[in-house]
Amino acid sequence: MKGGPNYTVKKKKIEHVQVRTFNKKTNIFFNIMVGLFAFSCIFPFLFVIIISFTSETSLLTNGYALWPSEWSIQGYTYLADLKDQIIQSLFITVFVTVIGTFINVAFTSSYAYAISRPNFRYKRFFTIFALITMLFSPGMVPSYIVMTNMLQLKDTVWALILPMALSPFNIIVMRTFFRRQVPESIIESSRIDGASEMRIFTQIVLPLAVPGIATISLFAALGYWNDWFNALLYIQSDNLVPLQYLLMKIQSNIDFMTQNAGLSGNLSGGLAAIPKEATRMAMVVISTLPIACSYPFFQRYFVSGLTIGGVKE
Amino acid sequence: MAMLRNLWRNKAFLFMALPGTIWLILFFYIPVFGNIVAFKNFHYSSGGFFQSLRESPWVGLDNFKFLFSSNNAYLITRNTVLYNVAFIVLGLIFAVFLAIVLSELRSKRMIKIYQTSMLFPYFLSWVIISYFVFAFLSPDKGLMNSILTLFGGEEINWYNEQKYWPFILIILGIWKGVGYNSVIYFASIMGINSDYYEAAMVDGASKWQQIKNITIPQLIPLISILSILSVGNIFRADFGLFYQIPRNSGALYEVTSVLDTYIYNGLTSTGDIGMTAAAGLYQSVVGCILVVLANFIVRKFDEESALF
Repeated sequence: MKGGPNYTVKKKKIEHVQVRTFNKKTNIFFNIMVGLFAFSCIFPFLFVIIISFTSETSLLTNGYALWPSEWSIQGYTYLADLKDQIIQSLFITVFVTVIGTFINVAFTSSYAYAISRPNFRYKRFFTIFALITMLFSPGMVPSYIVMTNMLQLKDTVWALILPMALSPFNIIVMRTFFRRQVPESIIESSRIDGASEMRIFTQIVLPLAVPGIATISLFAALGYWNDWFNALLYIQSDNLVPLQYLLMKIQSNIDFMTQNAGLSGNLSGGLAAIPKEATRMAMVVISTLPIACSYPFFQRYFVSGLTIGGVKE
Repeated sequence: MAMLRNLWRNKAFLFMALPGTIWLILFFYIPVFGNIVAFKNFHYSSGGFFQSLRESPWVGLDNFKFLFSSNNAYLITRNTVLYNVAFIVLGLIFAVFLAIVLSELRSKRMIKIYQTSMLFPYFLSWVIISYFVFAFLSPDKGLMNSILTLFGGEEINWYNEQKYWPFILIILGIWKGVGYNSVIYFASIMGINSDYYEAAMVDGASKWQQIKNITIPQLIPLISILSILSVGNIFRADFGLFYQIPRNSGALYEVTSVLDTYIYNGLTSTGDIGMTAAAGLYQSVVGCILVVLANFIVRKFDEESALF
């Protein structure tokens, strides 16, 4: 950086002027306050990690403790008993996330690009065609009937992918992004050079739109990774159960058992076999860890998603 | 002919819009049309979706009459609206408060750390959070009861006690979203010109006066737009929060039932498709009116920020 020295001088200056900061005492007070809240946001996850490393006997006698009397990695070794189901669920989750994100981004960005072009004759029609979805929601019941009865997608992996394969809101975000960030002159000159519209889109516009694409990809990927709702509605086979839904099913089996104490015998075997306390928490840790480890690096894209679109900066 | 020629000329763009268009037809327009089941006594027939629709007899507004004659309609509407009002009002206050405090802290590094931590819950699913909550509220093993007994209190059977749940749900709803919202407000505060603050300092304005007279007035447009837009969604509940966190506990239904959970339960367990669809249509229509109204108001304030 050429202006290196200047840069540091400037930085120092701002810290000294303190135009927009609290004085020292107030600063300490608010640091503690915000710090406590920030800690409350990650504390439950830390607590669940601790529980996952607690021995079963310690859990039975002391319950969930902040500092267990006996540590153990058994929660994780017991995961091996559930290996097949967990690996299958992990595979489904990863598959759905990867394929779903790809489809979502392809559908969303190509639709958005088409309606962002001033020379597309029907752009107004297609814009309204997509915007109407933001006004009205079709509702759970008709969507369910169409998915199961008309499209016959019940209990297929597509039931996990297709309902989220387009985000109308992201169409609008990307349309604005294409209009603002991709210079019209570049598109015009490629057109003069004889490039087809399709080629302009894939080879010139998309590379320029990487920040926008990254934002909508991350939102789509997060949506797919965290989705349990479509599985809840449409999935019955054990081999199509994604991680989040697996956790949910284990949970509801436990609730069922505690509410019908005598019936526990009926539930053993297969997916219904209930893993031990620490193992369940180990599963929570495993399905949360990928997000916990990656979002700090991507968070600026999530935040910029709101400012590149229609919402005012 | 001219029409065909125009279509041909726009073939590349039409092709790009095609996948999205098919998706919109299959997953939006046909289901919207499918809402006519709310006016029918719906039964599946062997001939598939359209035949089922055609063969189910019309019942006019019977499904709606049945829905609104039960106590449920009032209960779920009340719960949905009141919870959402709480989320909007308290969520706004906390988000703006946090954003202002963050913007005034001295250490840029600590700001970053706080923001990253506060964003964490936003990225988690309600399934995961329901496990978190259970670690605290489990009647026999949970941390809350351990703490209560440690201080000589009585253990509480959290999942059976209605009175705590409005607070639990509101706290969780805000806890999950406030980090994200405060980051938006934070970005807006960072965009305020420092000259205002310098001038205020020269005039001897205190920190509180600066916040009251510069920061908050500058945030008002963004605050009003985001709030009005969320008022448009006041009829839509966060299904995950109300379905996952109370763990389907029957004792809590009165305070945890919202429109979305009611519709889900109707669809999956009671099997009264017609009435459930009526509840869904009621939600969609009122929601639609509210969104249009909210957008109309936003337009009055600031045309740029309106959705349409």
